[in-house]
Amino acid sequence: MSTQSGVDAAVGARHRADTRRLSTGRTGDRIFAGAARGSGILVLAIMAAIAVFLIWKAIPALQDNKANFITSQDWNPNATPPKFGIAQLAFGTVMSAGLSLVMATPVAIAIALFIAYYSPRKIASGLGYVVDLLAAVPSIVYGLWGLRVLAPHMDGISRFLNDVLGWIPFFGGDSPGKNSIFTASVVLAIMILPIISSISREVFLQVPRANVEAALALGATRWEMIRLAVLPYGQSGVIGASMLGLGRAMGETIAVAMVLTFVPGINIHLLEDGGSTFAANIAKSFGEASPTGRGALIASGLVLFVITLVVNMAARAVVARRKEFV
Amino acid sequence: MSTPSTSLGSVSASRKIKDRLVQGLVYLAFALAVIPLVSLLWTVVKHGTARFDATFFSHSMNGVAGRDAGGGAYHAIIGTLEQVLIASVISVPLGVLTAVYLVEYGRRGRLSKVISFFVDVMTGIPSIVAGLFILAMWMLTLGIGKQGQGFAGSLALSILMVPTVIRATEEMLKLVPNDLREASYALGVPRWRTICFVILPTALPGILTGVMLAVARVMGETAPLLLTIAVTKAINTNPFSGPQSSLPTFIWDQAGDPNQHAIDRAWSAALVLILIIMLFNLAARLIARAYKPTGR
Repeated sequence: MSTQSGVDAAVGARHRADTRRLSTGRTGDRIFAGAARGSGILVLAIMAAIAVFLIWKAIPALQDNKANFITSQDWNPNATPPKFGIAQLAFGTVMSAGLSLVMATPVAIAIALFIAYYSPRKIASGLGYVVDLLAAVPSIVYGLWGLRVLAPHMDGISRFLNDVLGWIPFFGGDSPGKNSIFTASVVLAIMILPIISSISREVFLQVPRANVEAALALGATRWEMIRLAVLPYGQSGVIGASMLGLGRAMGETIAVAMVLTFVPGINIHLLEDGGSTFAANIAKSFGEASPTGRGALIASGLVLFVITLVVNMAARAVVARRKEFV
Repeated sequence: MSTPSTSLGSVSASRKIKDRLVQGLVYLAFALAVIPLVSLLWTVVKHGTARFDATFFSHSMNGVAGRDAGGGAYHAIIGTLEQVLIASVISVPLGVLTAVYLVEYGRRGRLSKVISFFVDVMTGIPSIVAGLFILAMWMLTLGIGKQGQGFAGSLALSILMVPTVIRATEEMLKLVPNDLREASYALGVPRWRTICFVILPTALPGILTGVMLAVARVMGETAPLLLTIAVTKAINTNPFSGPQSSLPTFIWDQAGDPNQHAIDRAWSAALVLILIIMLFNLAARLIARAYKPTGR
């Protein structure tokens, strides 16, 4: 009897609670939850739309193309018949981004170590802010600076590298110049430096205090402590960070477009003027592009989109795997 | 970090040298990063002040050729401010609501995992691809603003802004203590009112900081604007009709001109752009500092 009434009471209470919730804003709840969910779905839809529209608008141009899209080095989509291929663009993109990564990663790791373990505690965050300032400078200003300030200095450096390292094909060639892929990759290296170093710094700061202190207690010098405790722990984080930097370097447009002078054809001598990248080519040839030309640029943008997508996903996977360890 | 002197003296010497060597390299690396920053800021200020005058802020480039002195970036400043404002109006609600979904509603659900993954992917989209997408969808498919349109530029910028806003908001919402949510629910407040009037206000300074940083980031974007707003020399205050200018495309346009007057204008525009961006960065830092959460 008493149990029966207890159950009744509970049911009644639940019912009352339901009706009350209905009156105090269940509709509002439903609208708000719907809006939040809808926004999330809209973000997914945008990503899907990017892929769909790029493919859709690229297809007509690709069908008109009289050259092999993958292997041809020409970029003449405005000609009749249109002939264009991405070989040169792919070469320039991979080379400039790869070279910038080679230059930026060691420096970025050293900066991260400096801020995390070498600089005085009190000014560490201030120094971090200085490096972050590099990230706040817009790419167009990097381009202007690279073109007007850095490029004239690169003349001598390129000639020196050509003299000393000329036996390496990439540094070979007869006429090292200042508007080369090498100069572009120096600008790119400066631009991706803050990205790599800020993520590495965060990873280094997460190294368990116990590991650091254990290494020091065993008599390790500061460098030995870093080599034994910090670097192994931060390894995958640093790899992920530099891959994010790689993705950024490959997609960078304006700074590269301003520094490079376009010379048709793949040139393996990276110190000589010339070369182009996917993004720089889009910015430079968009102005004079015919409808087919636009389609061709969209097609090359699609390739860039896919490449950066793969690099970024791989980077996220590497960083995420590290998270699971922690 | 003094190493105690023991019998391992000779070993210690080589280890010490190595330690010092690395220390030197690490200091050198930091200096190496500061050199371009200082050089860049210094040249921008040095060359930028040449045309940092009243004409620059009150005149457009209408009827001014590259070799002429005079002319200004008034049209470009208006364009940049309008485009970024519209981009923020689009991307802040979208970003905040998505973050609310990720943190408050979709916790650990499959949809929220997928969204979270693609937000990460979206962060890495090259800015020029965002421009190409708006070109392909808005201008070529829907046929709106074919001659260039400020609003199309705003759309492209908001694609770049949304993931930054989502990530910043998400981080801040995660920092809101669960006690607040539970206290609010215990008082019988419905979920949406809890979110709107308890959780979001608590996280507001952090969200604002994130939005400011996102604004500062997209303000310097050039590539997507080149494809969408077209370049005009005249003042156009209506972002929904006709081509507009913007500071980054103004710099691109002027820097491509071999005349010294044009290059001076490019440097001055770069100075203005950097100043505006630094202002937003500074504001973001001040907000973050003023409302720094104290303890729990």
